[in-house]
Amino acid sequence: MARNKGAVVVNIERCKGCHLCEEACPSDVLEMNQQTNAMGYHYAYMANAEACTGCVSCAYVCPDACITVYRVKS
Amino acid sequence: MQIATYLLQNHTIMTLQEIIQPANKVYGKTPLLTDTPMHYCPGCSHGVVHKLIAEVIEEMGIQDITIGIAPVGCAVFAYNYIDIDWQEAAHGRAPALATAVNRLLPESCVFTYQGDGDLAAIGTAETIHACNRGENIAIFFINNGIYGMTGGQMAPTTIEGMVTSTSPEGRDVMLEGYPLKISNLLTILDGTCYVTRQAVHTPATVIRAKKAIRKAFENTLAKKGTSVVEFVSTCNSGWKMTPHQANQWMAEHMFKVYPLGDLKDQ
Repeated sequence: MARNKGAVVVNIERCKGCHLCEEACPSDVLEMNQQTNAMGYHYAYMANAEACTGCVSCAYVCPDACITVYRVKS
Repeated sequence: MQIATYLLQNHTIMTLQEIIQPANKVYGKTPLLTDTPMHYCPGCSHGVVHKLIAEVIEEMGIQDITIGIAPVGCAVFAYNYIDIDWQEAAHGRAPALATAVNRLLPESCVFTYQGDGDLAAIGTAETIHACNRGENIAIFFINNGIYGMTGGQMAPTTIEGMVTSTSPEGRDVMLEGYPLKISNLLTILDGTCYVTRQAVHTPATVIRAKKAIRKAFENTLAKKGTSVVEFVSTCNSGWKMTPHQANQWMAEHMFKVYPLGDLKDQ
């Protein structure tokens, strides 16, 4: 099935690990990292990068504007 | 097995590098939001609304003429996060200050950013009179049903039965009155041109909320009167929930009392 390929880049130092992007993602791409950032939060990362379609749902609900979304049409 | 994993990882990294190119960027932080990390709790609705306001100002190209009025409450530091001109109002007095700024600088685009403790409690009189005069301002109203900054006390907007630090048994309407639906009150005033109630807990509601913010700014530029955009919001710290639980609780309970949608559009 042809679908868009996407990728997100999380600004690790801005992320507060609120899990809202994880809940908003329809493809279960994002999870919180075991590592913490300088503020002590478990930041979001792409645990399942292949599934990302670049739909921007995660970035829309992110309260701290830490997510940049890239998309390539297939 | 180790070699296979390595190859898979390598393949993933290469693919990601191909995707993550400036030409493929579809969404990112607007430059109007400063690099200062917001002081809000993780998952707070304030951040989303700040982001949407900054995006709309950037898209409309009105950064130079927009003046925000910051409130007292959690959003008191709003002036640190959006790169426009700001004034800081005394508690609840943002609409009065916005009136002054707009009358002195009639070509400016003035908006206030207020919480429910600010707008619907101590600032009720200023809010109602500014709307009744039809001041040419936009009012962005964050309604999370409690006083978030001071420790989650009951506010006029607290819904019936809601547990707060000063109503541990839930709000009793026989003792403490009914939740104040101030946006509904403002619709009957002739000075308001646009009153709407939005939320920012899902991608779909975020898109609708952004359109409402844009409409409020367009009304202000067209000098149509006062626009009020209420955001039914969460305060997960004050509600003692995770951000996701707070969103679910809001959708289940708050939307019954504060249904979303346009209340007035002229």
